[in-house]
Amino acid sequence: MNATATESASVLSTRGLDKSFGSLVVAKGIDFALPQGVRYALIGPNGAGKTTLINLMTGMLRPDSGRIFLGEDEITSLKPEERVRRGLVRTFQINALFPHLSALEAVTLAVCERRGFSGNWWRRLPDYRDAVDEAHGILSSLRLGADCYRLTRELAYGRQRLLEIALALATRPRVLLLDEPAAGVPKDESADLFDAISALSRDLTVLFIEHDMDVVFRFASRIIVMVGGRILVEGSPDEIARNSEVRTVYLGKAVHG
Amino acid sequence: MTAATTGAPAEPHQYLHAQARWQWSEYAFWVATLLPFALFPSYLQLASQIAITALFALSLDLILGYAGIVSLGHAAFFGVGAYTAGIISVYGWGEPLSGLVIAAAVAGLAGYAMSFIIARFRHLALIMITLGLGLLLHEAANSASWLTGGADGLQGIRIGTLLGFKFDLYGRTAYSYSLIVLFLAFLVARRIIHSPFGLSLRGIRENPVRMPAIGAPSPAHIRKIYTIAAVMAGIAGAVLAQSTSTVSLEVLSFQRSADVLVILILGGAGRLYGGIIGAIIYMVARDQFSGINPQYWYFWIGLLLVAVVVFLPNGVLGGLARLKSAWRGRWR
Repeated sequence: MNATATESASVLSTRGLDKSFGSLVVAKGIDFALPQGVRYALIGPNGAGKTTLINLMTGMLRPDSGRIFLGEDEITSLKPEERVRRGLVRTFQINALFPHLSALEAVTLAVCERRGFSGNWWRRLPDYRDAVDEAHGILSSLRLGADCYRLTRELAYGRQRLLEIALALATRPRVLLLDEPAAGVPKDESADLFDAISALSRDLTVLFIEHDMDVVFRFASRIIVMVGGRILVEGSPDEIARNSEVRTVYLGKAVHG
Repeated sequence: MTAATTGAPAEPHQYLHAQARWQWSEYAFWVATLLPFALFPSYLQLASQIAITALFALSLDLILGYAGIVSLGHAAFFGVGAYTAGIISVYGWGEPLSGLVIAAAVAGLAGYAMSFIIARFRHLALIMITLGLGLLLHEAANSASWLTGGADGLQGIRIGTLLGFKFDLYGRTAYSYSLIVLFLAFLVARRIIHSPFGLSLRGIRENPVRMPAIGAPSPAHIRKIYTIAAVMAGIAGAVLAQSTSTVSLEVLSFQRSADVLVILILGGAGRLYGGIIGAIIYMVARDQFSGINPQYWYFWIGLLLVAVVVFLPNGVLGGLARLKSAWRGRWR
């Protein structure tokens, strides 16, 4: 890979990101740069610091040191909602939805926040027809159209996982960080979920955490391997599959186990 | 009821429209609020108290029922409104409508100032902070007796006529006034909850952690609704002060903050009508129980509250909604 080309076109990058909780080091010297439109998988054994890294990038945790850039702009000290408004958006490993809102209301909420009229309290919601239609369009594109009038808590679990993604898409992300999007979903349904993810716009940069290696190798164009709070290696699926270090610390276990 | 319950709605915005539509039961309810004039002319003072309490509970519903912000000190704004209306009348500003506007503005300012603290906390911390601020204000009013009359109550309140109508002994003007104010405030509250802002508030209630992850400035939303709720509570307090020509420390008391919370939970929080229904039940029950047994009426209120929480966890209106959906399920 051409390092300088990556550098100039990267939409999300970090420099020397460190974070520890007391003596527990959860991120150490994290340096990477995600080029636009790439589908990245972030893999590593449990406790490797994958979710921590997403929390650091999205501002849910503050790094002890290091810097984070979205495109050219440094975002290290921005609040989470400010990062979202600039296009850096995440989903959650454990559903973080709005149980008593219908799917349509939830996505409309996110659309209204993005479009900047979420503070309007005099006009009624259905009068913002564009926003409602946009929300419905997002739900339909994820094949949630038929369920959109149901309360979130009444949706089947797999549908709720899709709604997680729908909420993120409603913010019009440039970079989408998916924390185990298929967590808890049966294997046959998880392929549907990743089909939906790979059908997303090619302008969108996606990084997902995933434990199922079949899914990783099928859907990722690049793979980052984390171990013990550090990035062990980054490369194409072929390079990762051939990497002996990766095989010993991570894939090796899976092959034998 | 709505297209959502009877079948597949045609268009997404129509589904939302159906949710915001006035239902026949709402029309019926507001027509019924006129009944006391004909049926209970000797209870109009009580009816007026109920309408004022309902307005106070409605203001709490906006923050607690919709945005999920717990408050044990909501009487602070009721009291600020009542004292403002009372004090300006002592100094010669007795015209009720302009007095109401001034009281609302002062309560709103107090709410806006406090909202910066409120927006940073949740749950137990919020209960402690609102409780503490409420007690602080109560003691401040107590010690500033040169202004408030302290424990003796405010002396020398002189309220003028309301567009030519005197506040009479029977409460005819009082109930008309408080009912109209309640209805107007209700219309505003109804607008708010069916607006994009109202949707954001429900988002904060449902999942405050997710809100920043969809780019929502929750603290700004909270500051805004808290200020609006303070204005409404202040209006309720001012109407009480004007219609009874009395203001005492009781308007700022912890008891009042606790009562309004009880009323809202009794009726059903997050349902717009919950505070109103709760106020009717609570105030009528108090009136009746205290007539039967003036010493121990809180015993019955306590029993009522426990019964509601055990059997109707979402309040009276929540119970009614459940009955209604069971009924529909049976006849489908």
